[in-house]
Amino acid sequence: MNRVHSILMFGVAMALSTAAMAQDKTVKVGNLSDQSGLYADLGGPGSTLAAQMAVEDSGLVAKGWKIDVIAGDHQNKPDVGTNIARQWLDVDKVDVIVDVPSSGVALAVNTVVKEKNAVFLNSGAAASDLTNSQCSPNTVHWTYDTYLLANGTGKAVVKAGGDSWFFLTADYAFGAALERDTTAVINANGGKVLGAVRHPLNTSDFSSFLLQAQSSKAKVIGLANAGGDTTNAIKQAAEFGIVSGGQKLAALLLFITDVHSLGLNIAQGLTFTETFYWDMNDQTRAFSKRFSERMKNKAPPSMVHAGVYASLIHYFKALEALGGNPHDGAKVVAKMKEMPTDDPLFGKGVIRADGRKIHPGYLFEVKKPSESKGPWDYYKLIATIPAEEAFTPLSQSTCSLVKK
Amino acid sequence: MLGINTQALFGQLLLGLINGSFYALLSLGLAVIFGMLNIINFAHGALFMMGAFCAYFLLTWFDLNYWWALVLAPLIIGGFGIVLQHTLLRRIAGLDHLYSLLLTFGLALIIQGVFLNYYGSSGLPYAIPAALQGGTNLGFMFLPNYRAWVVVVSLAVCLATWFLIERTRFGSYLRAATENPQLVSAFGINVPLMITLTYGLGVGLAALAGVLAAPINQVRPLMGADFIIVVFAVVVIGGMGSILGSIVTGFALGIIEGLTKYFYPEASNTVVFLLMVLVLLVKPTGLTGKAT
Repeated sequence: MNRVHSILMFGVAMALSTAAMAQDKTVKVGNLSDQSGLYADLGGPGSTLAAQMAVEDSGLVAKGWKIDVIAGDHQNKPDVGTNIARQWLDVDKVDVIVDVPSSGVALAVNTVVKEKNAVFLNSGAAASDLTNSQCSPNTVHWTYDTYLLANGTGKAVVKAGGDSWFFLTADYAFGAALERDTTAVINANGGKVLGAVRHPLNTSDFSSFLLQAQSSKAKVIGLANAGGDTTNAIKQAAEFGIVSGGQKLAALLLFITDVHSLGLNIAQGLTFTETFYWDMNDQTRAFSKRFSERMKNKAPPSMVHAGVYASLIHYFKALEALGGNPHDGAKVVAKMKEMPTDDPLFGKGVIRADGRKIHPGYLFEVKKPSESKGPWDYYKLIATIPAEEAFTPLSQSTCSLVKK
Repeated sequence: MLGINTQALFGQLLLGLINGSFYALLSLGLAVIFGMLNIINFAHGALFMMGAFCAYFLLTWFDLNYWWALVLAPLIIGGFGIVLQHTLLRRIAGLDHLYSLLLTFGLALIIQGVFLNYYGSSGLPYAIPAALQGGTNLGFMFLPNYRAWVVVVSLAVCLATWFLIERTRFGSYLRAATENPQLVSAFGINVPLMITLTYGLGVGLAALAGVLAAPINQVRPLMGADFIIVVFAVVVIGGMGSILGSIVTGFALGIIEGLTKYFYPEASNTVVFLLMVLVLLVKPTGLTGKAT
């Protein structure tokens, strides 16, 4: 009797453990970002906070899931980024890597994640290559990309009469992609590009480059750079009388942290494209209030932070629908593509076969100091780019996952 | 001429001179500290950044404008430097250079980390003072008045420092004290005090450069880290510890960098280090350095 009892117990234990294996409810999220350099404010610690808030708001912890968030600093160097990614996926058993600003690092991490069959939810990087030539069944590109920036800001500026351009381009994957996509838009709309100068990433003095742009006599100086590079260029362009001399600056990528750092006096009147602004509606305001209360410098979320949050919310929904974490990146991403997205920050949307998340883009203008009613009240909405026009049409996609 | 736009070329030369004035001011402080104290001051960039932040704080908290900052920030940060020297650096005097390098490098990381934690990486705005706004059209380029001011101030300060150390009685005591501190103190001169003051002077120069840079760059925690590597290359090229060498090299490298930005912009961040390698191969003590 005793023996039968123990065999039965063993059977029950076995059954329980296989059930537990089928429904593994542990998840590890890694925020791989620039934690201390020129992109740290738009991603960095804010993205870790956004990831933690997504974990809390998903409600999965109350349902018995165990979810950890860890963070790493890729220093905007592809080799550092891939090393951390490999360590995370091989040793620390990270399931999903989020954020990864700086396209050079993002493209490298994209390859590693595919090789290890994990999940890559990119928010911070811009290169449209992530969902075109470099697309992967393990990657979702959430927030924005160079196609959107080119078609948003680029098209608007050309249509307003800015038909000759000179680029100041950050000399790495992102800058090259943004210049390429914007040039295509300029040419398609009857404008032309007179020249470009490629500056090293993280340049503190832009006066030489601005002088070259000035002597090109182009109507528009396109800034194909980001973060500290963009703010330095804008500030110094004002100093050198570029704008008062009749040339217009087109900041192709500008984040709210950049506008804050420049101050409205210098930033006023700049037009640019983003997909999220904290003051859009009640839901974005509510989220931003909770977010900024927990930020050290009380800043509201940038669109990159918003993307980290929203993409993880959708990821957790997919895991819940799968009934557990299969630790199979391609399978989870396939489920994410199958389910329509709906979150408080970007509204309803979809993820396409190429990994591109689809939502509207917004053309904003920086307010005049007199128009701003309070801290961080910086943007006014000029135009909405409908979701179906915001990103590369599938018919033009070079992604191998798209069936034609 | 060879397809080169001479107007643009003049512009780049002038801009190089402007950037060179920052290199000169910073490398001058480093050279003073190294030459007189034998300390490789890696915290110089962080102190430069603190100078810029000091100007920002003076404006936002005390409503003291740029002109006040120009005087007060070097004094305040110089005072901070004196505290650092008195509490930390003094303890490792006489040890190998490596110790001062490690100590000041650690200090720089801590200072930068603290500022990054509270102020983020994108920085804070600091406007050009009203009296220096606008600019002059020189025909070949538009010269902002503020940049012209920077060149004038930094040239004046560089020359004054050189004069103080090479041509005054105080300077001669100082130079003697570095050669043979025991003998000089035997003449009744307070050598430790002089050394502390000299470190304060070097730090004050960094802070002054920081105030000058605040309206041009954003006031950012990493502004010093970006500069310091280039400035160290300037000091190495000019010859460690040589006052005049670091001033001249600072301006010269600014110009070379400016020309590179015109002819081959992709290399503008590396050209200084290329030169450093070349100089070290040909003359390891630097252009004006004496063999030891």
